[in-house]
Amino acid sequence: MVRSWRKPGHNRYSVEHVKLLDRFSTNNKSLMGTLYLTATHLLFIDAQQKETWILHHHIASVEKLALTTSGCPLVIQCKNFRIVHFVVPRERDCHDIYNSLLQLSKQGKYEDLYAFSYNPKQDDSERLKGWEVIDLAKEYERMGVPNRKWKLCDANREYKVCETYPRELYVPNSAILPMIMGSSNFRSKGRLPVLSYCRQGTEAAICRCSQPLSGFSARCLEDEKMLKAISTANSGNHYMYVVDTRPKHRMQSWWDTQKDIGRIIVRISSKIWNDEKIRESDEKKRLNAMANRAAGKGYENEDNYSNIRFQFVGIENIHVMRSSLQKLLEVNGNKGLSINDFYSGLESSGWLRHIKAVLDAAIFLAKAIVVENASVLVHCSDGWDRTSQVCSLGSLLLDSYYRTMKGFMVLIEKDWISFGHKFSERCGHLDGDPKEVSPVFTQFLECVWHLTEQFPQAFEFNEAFLLQIHEHVHSCQFGNFLGNCQKEREELKLKEKTYSLWPFLLDDKPKYLNPLYSSKSESLTFLEPNTVSFNFKFWRNMYHQFDRTLHPRQSVLNIIMNMNEQNKQLEEDIKDLESKIMQRKNGILAKDLMLANPESPALKTSLCLKEQSLLPVNDTLRAIEGSNPADNRYCDYPEEFSKSEPAVVSLEYGVARMTC
Amino acid sequence: MEFAELIKTPRVDNVVLHRPFYPAVEGTLCLTGHHLILSSRQDNTEELWLLHSNIDAIDKRFVGSLGTIIIKCKDFRIIQLDIPGMEECLNIASSIEALSTLDSVTLMYPFFYRPMFEVIEDGWHSFLPEQEFELYSSATSEWRLSYVNKEFAVCPSYPPTIIVPKSIDDEALRKVAAFRHGGRFPVLSYYHKKNGMVIMRSGQPLTGTNGRRCKEDEKLINATLRAGKRGYLIDTRSLNVAQQARAKGGGFEQEAHYPQWRRIHKSIERYHVLQESLIKLVEACNEQTHNMDRWLGKLEASNWLTHIKEILTTACLAAQCIDREGASVLIHGTEGTDSTLQVTSLAQIILEPRSRTIRGFEALIEREWLQAGHPFQQRCAQSAYCNSKQKWEAPVFLLFLDCVWQILRQFPCSFEFNEHFLIMLFEHAYASQFGTFLGNNESERCKLKLQQKTMSLWSWVNRPSELSKFTNPLFEANNLVIWPSVAPQSLQLWEGIFLRWSRSSKYLDEAYEEMVNIIEYNKELQAKVNILRRQLAELETEDGLRESP
Repeated sequence: MVRSWRKPGHNRYSVEHVKLLDRFSTNNKSLMGTLYLTATHLLFIDAQQKETWILHHHIASVEKLALTTSGCPLVIQCKNFRIVHFVVPRERDCHDIYNSLLQLSKQGKYEDLYAFSYNPKQDDSERLKGWEVIDLAKEYERMGVPNRKWKLCDANREYKVCETYPRELYVPNSAILPMIMGSSNFRSKGRLPVLSYCRQGTEAAICRCSQPLSGFSARCLEDEKMLKAISTANSGNHYMYVVDTRPKHRMQSWWDTQKDIGRIIVRISSKIWNDEKIRESDEKKRLNAMANRAAGKGYENEDNYSNIRFQFVGIENIHVMRSSLQKLLEVNGNKGLSINDFYSGLESSGWLRHIKAVLDAAIFLAKAIVVENASVLVHCSDGWDRTSQVCSLGSLLLDSYYRTMKGFMVLIEKDWISFGHKFSERCGHLDGDPKEVSPVFTQFLECVWHLTEQFPQAFEFNEAFLLQIHEHVHSCQFGNFLGNCQKEREELKLKEKTYSLWPFLLDDKPKYLNPLYSSKSESLTFLEPNTVSFNFKFWRNMYHQFDRTLHPRQSVLNIIMNMNEQNKQLEEDIKDLESKIMQRKNGILAKDLMLANPESPALKTSLCLKEQSLLPVNDTLRAIEGSNPADNRYCDYPEEFSKSEPAVVSLEYGVARMTC
Repeated sequence: MEFAELIKTPRVDNVVLHRPFYPAVEGTLCLTGHHLILSSRQDNTEELWLLHSNIDAIDKRFVGSLGTIIIKCKDFRIIQLDIPGMEECLNIASSIEALSTLDSVTLMYPFFYRPMFEVIEDGWHSFLPEQEFELYSSATSEWRLSYVNKEFAVCPSYPPTIIVPKSIDDEALRKVAAFRHGGRFPVLSYYHKKNGMVIMRSGQPLTGTNGRRCKEDEKLINATLRAGKRGYLIDTRSLNVAQQARAKGGGFEQEAHYPQWRRIHKSIERYHVLQESLIKLVEACNEQTHNMDRWLGKLEASNWLTHIKEILTTACLAAQCIDREGASVLIHGTEGTDSTLQVTSLAQIILEPRSRTIRGFEALIEREWLQAGHPFQQRCAQSAYCNSKQKWEAPVFLLFLDCVWQILRQFPCSFEFNEHFLIMLFEHAYASQFGTFLGNNESERCKLKLQQKTMSLWSWVNRPSELSKFTNPLFEANNLVIWPSVAPQSLQLWEGIFLRWSRSSKYLDEAYEEMVNIIEYNKELQAKVNILRRQLAELETEDGLRESP
């Protein structure tokens, strides 16, 4: 498995006697083993031959700590929230690993990413078929689009209207080309209002776009007509909502500064008027810059658009989200964390507040459609972060198809990948601007998780599915999430050079099925989650997915999943047995009548095999849940406890206090 | 006294009831000696039967002649009654107030309750100390039953029968009792069959400021140690608090006099600190409008989960001493009736598989809480809504149940009972038709003649029809010690208790049902497969017999 990796000038690709420390251990319990570097992974094999694989692309940061007596500590933080703490005996080795990892974890070009070398041993036709698993044209068909109200518009065939949109855009039937072009010019990055989801049975739709470049007061008649067209495409209601997902206070403070700038401009202008023309060119330059900045932001003025209801929903920007998650992880990484530190950290990080804001926005949108039968147009600034969150979650609340495994993939392909959520920048796939990194998609997954907690039977997939998607959004192992928009993906020839994640997940379907899923409910049942603050919990299985000591020791989900599988097997067995008994009875009957030949020996042997099969099934069932003494995890744990259980004060500590 | 004297208005028509998760109902309100009943004229609507003893506090409001009574229950539910007519409303309110705060225990409902079910097994005799002792006596001969407290004279809060070291006679026990708070001399709480180590509990030693000692006490404690072994003394107070206790005549064991013992101080809060914590938590959970920061801030400020963590940590420590260090433990705080019992009983949940079964858990509550003299009547007199702050209320038992729930969540297959069982125990500890949780100790229960005059909770619970509601479908006996994680990330708010009335659990209940169905179906299929196999095997042998001649 281990491919030898050699750095020029070095012959070594493995380091022995490396210690792996337990992150939450209070007295530095550790595993001894060998560390290997491969072209794609960092691999640690401990004395029990247990392997820990870390993909280089998953590495978010590597840190070398001060030298200790036992060696040189190396802390690796991963994007999937794994944190490993190695102690390398020799400093030189540590330094080498450190430098290698720095290089390997930050790639400069897409072509160096794992996806381009990953080879799951499939031929080209299989790979292409894999890419065809999700077909967005079919998805719009499923929604009943195109229809009399909505049409496929080919203006973006060559990415000429908007580079970050897909080629196929669905717009109202009445939208003519000049309207589309005009509206596109008036919207940030050309991201004009287009259809995201159309609810069958009604005409209410979710549309998305970026902010208008209205600045102080600029208007665009084509854009106004475009919104009018969206509004009239829904005969169910005469008004539509325009949802700006940004917090009102931020927009207002921005608006206030605009007023100030306006005042300054007036003042400057008057100065220019009065003064000589000496400094005019200089001032003019500044004035232009300010006017540009002013024109770079904005929201719809209800006076200019007929029949719109404008609404802010208050989701913070990518920078706030990034630092929020950072704070959260800092707090939770502490050893011996107290309850108060944990909750005050959770509070001050603001993380759950942001999650709630995103979910609340999605509910607002879904309610507008279900309760008021009104269409909704959603935007933030560029319309690829918050807008993606809100549109996709809104659709998920409205349409149970998106709560199936396949439907969820479609949803991600549609609202995230095709509409240009900048996965590569947000996930830091390449060595780029750290300010562009933000956990926007992680938040989306967390919102979905909260929904699965409140509606345990509404989703076909389980938590492991969400975690696996999160894993691969960052792994760069599959082509789906590389690049920042469809155009870029086409240029990278991802479909020819890489594999799609979805068929692999579908192949492993049993692992990701929710055993309690009930598909009986109608296809358009609207989920109405309760978002009172106390419903929001810290998602331990995401942010501590590798810290097993913090998890419940027995997993109800696994047991029920296994039982479901076993039930299927048992049903088969029963059918099998029944048919054999029938055969047997008929055979006996036949024999009784005419003393026919004895039955074939083959049947008997197969029967014996079957007879034994029940027991092993039972055993695996038990072994997985960990309630059996034979389970390794179980035996391990008590051993760990006396020395390392983080939150139980060790005896030594108590004694130390007693004697002093 | 007649209840009729307290009931000023027994019946009011056109009362509107508002309660969580149900639409408002109009009906007739009736007050009886022990219940508040609202029945609507429509069929099919559920009636409300509320025990007066379940009422924690009431508020009155008036708008014109329409009065509103808000009833806050000890199980944290809040219901509202709109009563037409100011006088009726005032009468009802004052009647409820009087009936829910009866002074005399003998006027409580359990003394009037007549069961509508057939008693299969009398719960009063289900868990006799002698039977419990038999479980140990097969494994060890180092302990004996003592009846020194037969008349409750040596220790008023102990039961008449207790387990003590065999080598210590009753005379010595009397001397030790004089040296321990409340006469609570060290007794056996748990015997760990795996290695013969024990958990004992007691009240604090009355060393006082001048370091009084008691030879018999030292002898008793040392008698529990094996040769060359050391033990641990776990004091559930911080060193500071324990030192301050000396000024009031209390104290802790001095190293010099107990050289074979190591003392560890763990701080578990008590009394009003816990009560305030509960009040704050319930207040936070009842508020639907808190934003996220405020909710998290309130949850933190309540300190409830901090108490959970402290208690669980200490219990883990005790269990660790026994199972990992192979050392016996003596646990006490001040009186030895609250935090001590939390720790000894939770340590047994961790160590002893039997205490994770329904029967074993009932025995644990009987032994470690009821007979051990946890003053239920004082502690559970009021709950989270009470305004009048009396000194003795504290949710000690609820904290214990919450800790059990936390372990249950981490080991969902290792307990024979489910969450509903714990919730049921919480409810009955605060208000019940059964006599089990009345009184503060065995001595009081004897005087009240509860066994003769009231029904035991266990008589009701242990009937198959009730048990099925409390049985955990995932249970699979697990003979191991179970170590819970007590990291903040692993502990959770007990939603089944604290958010029970604040949000609907419809979808969660349905999912639970589905889970039970899958498990039941699995059993069915297994049984069917076995029958078919047997059938096929029979046919085969039959066939074989036919062929052989």
